[in-house]
Amino acid sequence: MMKKIYTVFTFTALLFMGACKKDSAFLDVPPKQIIPEEVAFSDPALALSVLGDLYNRQLDFSSLDGDGWRSFVDFSEAFPSENGSYNIVQRTGWGYGEWGIWDYGYIRDMNLFIKRATAATKLTEADKARFIAEARFLRANFYFEMAKRMGGIPLITEPMQYDYSGNVTNLQVPRSKESEVYDFVISEAEAIKNILPKDVNQKSRASKGAALAMEARAALYAGSIAKYGFKTPQVTLPGAEVGIPAGLAGGYYQKALAAAQEIINGQAGGYQLYKVLPDLSENFAAVFLDKSSVNQESIFIEDFKVNSAKVHGFTTNNQPFSISDEGLDAGRLNPSLNLVQAFEKLDNTYAPIATKDGQGNPVYYTNQLDAFAGRDARLAGTILLPNGAFKGKNVDVWAGYQLADGSILTSDDASHLAKLPGTDVAVQVVGKDGPVNGQEFRSQTGFYIRKYLDPQVGSGRRGRQSDVAFIRYRYAEVLLNAAEAAFELGMGGIADGYINQVRARAGLTRAIQGVTFDQIVHERRVELVFEGHTLYDMKRWRLAHIVWDGSKMSVSQLVSDIGLSTKKNTQPYGLWPYKYYNPGNPNHGKWLFKEVLPTAVTGANMFQMGNYYSTIGDDVLSANPKIVKQPNQ
Amino acid sequence: MKLKPIYILLFFLPVFSCKKDNYKELSTTLKGRILYNNEEIGLEYDRVPMEFYQMGFGKKGAITASFAQDGSYSVLFSDGNYKVIIPNGQGPFKWHQNAAGVNDTLTLTVNGSQTLDLQAIPYYLIRNAVYKVSGADLTATFRVDQIITGNTAKKIERVNLYVNKTQFVSGADNIANSELSGGAITDPTALTLKVNVPAIVPVQNYVFARIGVKIEGLEDMVFSPLQKIQL
Repeated sequence: MMKKIYTVFTFTALLFMGACKKDSAFLDVPPKQIIPEEVAFSDPALALSVLGDLYNRQLDFSSLDGDGWRSFVDFSEAFPSENGSYNIVQRTGWGYGEWGIWDYGYIRDMNLFIKRATAATKLTEADKARFIAEARFLRANFYFEMAKRMGGIPLITEPMQYDYSGNVTNLQVPRSKESEVYDFVISEAEAIKNILPKDVNQKSRASKGAALAMEARAALYAGSIAKYGFKTPQVTLPGAEVGIPAGLAGGYYQKALAAAQEIINGQAGGYQLYKVLPDLSENFAAVFLDKSSVNQESIFIEDFKVNSAKVHGFTTNNQPFSISDEGLDAGRLNPSLNLVQAFEKLDNTYAPIATKDGQGNPVYYTNQLDAFAGRDARLAGTILLPNGAFKGKNVDVWAGYQLADGSILTSDDASHLAKLPGTDVAVQVVGKDGPVNGQEFRSQTGFYIRKYLDPQVGSGRRGRQSDVAFIRYRYAEVLLNAAEAAFELGMGGIADGYINQVRARAGLTRAIQGVTFDQIVHERRVELVFEGHTLYDMKRWRLAHIVWDGSKMSVSQLVSDIGLSTKKNTQPYGLWPYKYYNPGNPNHGKWLFKEVLPTAVTGANMFQMGNYYSTIGDDVLSANPKIVKQPNQ
Repeated sequence: MKLKPIYILLFFLPVFSCKKDNYKELSTTLKGRILYNNEEIGLEYDRVPMEFYQMGFGKKGAITASFAQDGSYSVLFSDGNYKVIIPNGQGPFKWHQNAAGVNDTLTLTVNGSQTLDLQAIPYYLIRNAVYKVSGADLTATFRVDQIITGNTAKKIERVNLYVNKTQFVSGADNIANSELSGGAITDPTALTLKVNVPAIVPVQNYVFARIGVKIEGLEDMVFSPLQKIQL
């Protein structure tokens, strides 16, 4: 009995104790999934993780992760060897909406970060200042990215708040002038450059060098839009939302030169060109592979790390077929002959790859690589040529046997053997790495990409993938920006000095004297190809509609006018090597080459006036009547 | 045979799918051509856009259409009041413009299918095109007439003769073309262009040809009517 009372009593007591918990204590449980604002901004590590998300959402035209390789194969600089991607070379132009972005969600997140970090009380002043400066850098860089595609856009630097009044007109911001967006990018860079660390080894976070490099590039873009805008009078708006008045060109070029010179003079740290390896081609390839502190060329990068979630499959997608780590996954990105022949000879002259002599007879080479000898070292550093080496093996690229009677002996795959005339044994008659028309994952132009291709063991496997960094800003581009700005300002001597530094690193020892506009255009093409510059360079010089004019190219058009800034470039050609089979002939066993247009290439790139600035979506126009349409919209 | 329940279910299927839709299907066709005094203004396929706005529904985007090679268009939509425009800077012609020189809008009431021809003034027209075949050579003689003169006149950048094996003939779609630059034209009333028609695989004994004029400062070329030519 006593025992029973005791038990009941205990339970009752427990009941009351539980029930007596205050409601507020019971209901106000801090959420476990969400870190509240005041907590996030109380600890530098937490604040940095928020900032890390903002870094991750930066946008580049080209990137290495995901389907990033596809952005490299456009503009006739390369051919896509994947059945699903032939549309890139079959279409006759780009939609007016292509490349457009309008991501004010991201802008708002950056504005919120700046506001909250400014209000934070528990962070040290030094941490706070750096975080805010980094967020301002990311915001300016993103506005720059949007301006390149859309022209003038609404400049919003405060997180906007809806007041539930039913009236949204105070949230409807009109487009700024295109020049005002560039002014914003430049002034932000000036404002934050001395808050950011002056540290060469700070590459994946913003540094003083990154801010200045962004400023130089933005000012250069604005200057050239102002200077060359007269070529496209159709691409302007009365309110200057698109287009920059010609009178502003000089000022922008001066700012570009000053910002670039600040880096060159060492005021942002000891950046310099990468000159480590004795072989200049190896050295150029290593610029993009070396992530150690030896590499003082890269300024701001998108970094990746193996065994983390941030890796990319660029090497998996684009490694040579026969050297692939992943069986059938390989060879999508095939640089074009158009690009290969743009690399000049060591005596500073331009020439196509010699395939025929003066009489129209084929030129025979003992080794395939001989055809590309005596050229700019960046050629072999950017492009994996036929018989070029990767991971200790040589690429096997040849299209078949050229027989003495003029016919060709080949097959549709390296494993399908055939008998040569006068022999009984079937032999391999086409390269393991192509080229065969329409055979995906193998080169169809005769070339593979080398830039960014990771030589690490296992880098081509889908499981491991690669962690080669994507370089957003690097010192060589800063030099070229400075050279171009100086050239446009009439300071030819200074321009020569900068451009010759870049060229000397590439093995071109004959210095240019009196650099021309064509040479600047050409130098940027060969130095910076596949780094996301091609489209914007052509746009800001207003060359895009001339270079990609929508008409097909003949071989004679292909091999002439190399090095001219207005050279047509509408279809990606290939260069196919053949082995000469004619026993007894002195040329037996040697190589000859033929210019070939891959059969998948049926379209010709046409850049229309409406492509200079991407269309603004109907959703944006409906939501904000103050937004002016693009000139061709 | 006894029906399984699953088959009985199938009988209900058409009943549900016959449920009335909320919206009427689009059944009204508006079609027509863009003309200059009843003369064809030849265009490149799918290059020159036209926009139809119907006010009062959702977002304010346009229904866009584009002209075919012979300047014809055809749009399927529902009855109502529309505003039609050809955006600024499009087409090798001048469309109705207001005092400020900006392309003007045309209001339009659609009630049942109808044909509406639009009028525009091209900068140039190609007339009297005559094609002659001799072996693999195709020679075209024609005249280029300037329609818009005075302050707003524009110069000829180049004249092209395009040949293709299909009916789509333009700068982007051709198997052969020849070019005459604007500066080389002395007498625009008597022009001749010649192309060598390459061998076509599989063999085909006819080609299609058009002459195009590229006008300075304008993106879209104006073309002569399409001609089928027996080789």
